[in-house]
Amino acid sequence: MKQDPALLNVHDLQVRFHTPEGTIYAVNGISFHIAEGEAVAVVGESGSGKSVCMMSLLGLIPIPPGEIVSGTAVFLERDLLKLPEKELELVRGRDIGMIFQDPMTSLNPVLTLGRQLTEALVRHFNLTAEEARNRAIELLQLVGIPDAASRLGNYPHQFSGGMRQRVMIAMMLACNPKLLIADEPTTALDVTIQAQIVELVQEIRAKLRMSLIWITHDLGVVAGLADRVLVMYGGTIVEEADVESLYERPQHPYTLALLAALPRVHQRRQSRLKAIPGAPPHLILELTGCPFAPRCEFVRDRCWRERPLLQPVSPTQKTACFVNPHTGEERA
Amino acid sequence: MTTIEPPARIGLAGGDVEAPPLSPGQMAWRRFRRHKLAMANAVLLILLFVYSFGGAFVYSEAYANYNDTTKRLQPPSWEHPFGTDTIGRDILARTIYGGQISLLIGITAVLVQLVIGILIGALAGYYGGLLDSLLMRFTEAVLTIPGLFLLLIMAKYFTGKVPDITLLGRTYSGSVVVIVLIIGLTSWPRLARIVRAEFLALKENDFITAARATGTPNSQIIFRHILPNTVAPIVVTATLSVAGAIISEAYISFLGLGVQPPTATWGNMITGSTNYIEGAPWLWFFPGLLILLTVLSINFVGDGLRDALDPRSRPE
Repeated sequence: MKQDPALLNVHDLQVRFHTPEGTIYAVNGISFHIAEGEAVAVVGESGSGKSVCMMSLLGLIPIPPGEIVSGTAVFLERDLLKLPEKELELVRGRDIGMIFQDPMTSLNPVLTLGRQLTEALVRHFNLTAEEARNRAIELLQLVGIPDAASRLGNYPHQFSGGMRQRVMIAMMLACNPKLLIADEPTTALDVTIQAQIVELVQEIRAKLRMSLIWITHDLGVVAGLADRVLVMYGGTIVEEADVESLYERPQHPYTLALLAALPRVHQRRQSRLKAIPGAPPHLILELTGCPFAPRCEFVRDRCWRERPLLQPVSPTQKTACFVNPHTGEERA
Repeated sequence: MTTIEPPARIGLAGGDVEAPPLSPGQMAWRRFRRHKLAMANAVLLILLFVYSFGGAFVYSEAYANYNDTTKRLQPPSWEHPFGTDTIGRDILARTIYGGQISLLIGITAVLVQLVIGILIGALAGYYGGLLDSLLMRFTEAVLTIPGLFLLLIMAKYFTGKVPDITLLGRTYSGSVVVIVLIIGLTSWPRLARIVRAEFLALKENDFITAARATGTPNSQIIFRHILPNTVAPIVVTATLSVAGAIISEAYISFLGLGVQPPTATWGNMITGSTNYIEGAPWLWFFPGLLILLTVLSINFVGDGLRDALDPRSRPE
């Protein structure tokens, strides 16, 4: 898929962590791209390498123990993985914003909101304190916080979880980034607030023409939000597809199993939720075959020896599997 | 017939519902005010400062250093409320000027300690790795040297080599600066360790990752994002260190290696009294009492601050 100009182009990213227990193979050769204005969801279980992958792009993983073994991540014609720290600091926040999972802990408890909001503005755009303050008020209004001006002097503990996530979003929008990475921003919030935050991000994205990477393990949220979905498993991308294709005709046994595990409104009450047998892989061993092989109902001999690569199966869909799960036959 | 009066206020008990939001500082101040012992000692401490610095308006420094050997070793009287010392100087006036020096030494030595301790602790804790190892081994090395020994050696070598300094119209013995530096340079390791431990824990927080994600440079993360979170233990340690520094000054001066006369300090005032412990108890009683009160009140205030700044640390 090489149609639109890519804003971010990641190629063969590999990240490892050298821990006392051994090397963790967290991200094992991931390639993907994000077009301008596109919304991409990254789906996968805990430990599938979603967050590590995105954080390594921004240089946010601790090195050591982390190590970026290989890969390029070209963003606006510059390779993020090779930028010196000083230049990467300019990219962070200004060009790429990132929202984190737990709004209760992502705001500094001893600094006022005003200070946390204006800091990036002053740094990236040399605004005066007064200009930055006005922009901060504007941002808080944008994310729907009432009485913004008087809230600037408040501390994080004076806000609820949903409000704090709004503030986080405001912080990351401060500099009009071209790309917003949201790392499970709704996981720590309850369902109604989740919906509000999803809606808010959609609205803002439309307004500011921003690209979005939304990391989640909730396939329900994905449907209403993303243009394209990357399904991750064991530090690899196992399927990449636009939203419609993914839900209509998933091409990887893992995606298939994930969708089958979703609770449905019309389900009979007595029926049990479907689960995927087995547990996600321990990434302490280097991958030799397909990471999903131990849990896969279509597993073949070669799945243990050979790692399937991401191959296009249709113009809008790629999968990393030797088997077509709908026919049960091996792909050509 | 009884009339039922409507409740004056409908709402949750306590009536705190409408209380304006408080900053962390205001909340700490509230808790501190409730701490009776700490408040009483804070008042005492303020009085001691007033005594030392306000007293200067009553007695001149020249008077404090004026000696009249015909009036030596006089017991307390109306003319000399605290008596006179071995060469006939007024002890009351000398405790006032000595107090200024003792308190100033305590505070400035802690400032030196703060600068070094925070810097070393913050860098070691934040960057970790090799830098951490180097800085912490150095810190431990300083810790292993017996403090008193180091103080005495340094005091012996440096006092007298520093010329007198004049500040705000007053001349201080150069030994004051030496003592401040010596105490500051030997007392930072404990603070450095505390700051390092705080940084180690705090840097793992999501809000630090979030700050980095907005492009905040390391220097700003250290000083503007993490340091404000460590204010509580730093303030408590610093407060208690002031008391420690005053005692350190007192014993170096008592051993005759500290601040040199005629500049008075509470410590060197006691020096001359060793031969008159029974014969002229007022020589050591008043400066000793002042040291005791100051150190005690600072320690109580420090404890109160600890409770006020970090309510979790208090066993309930």
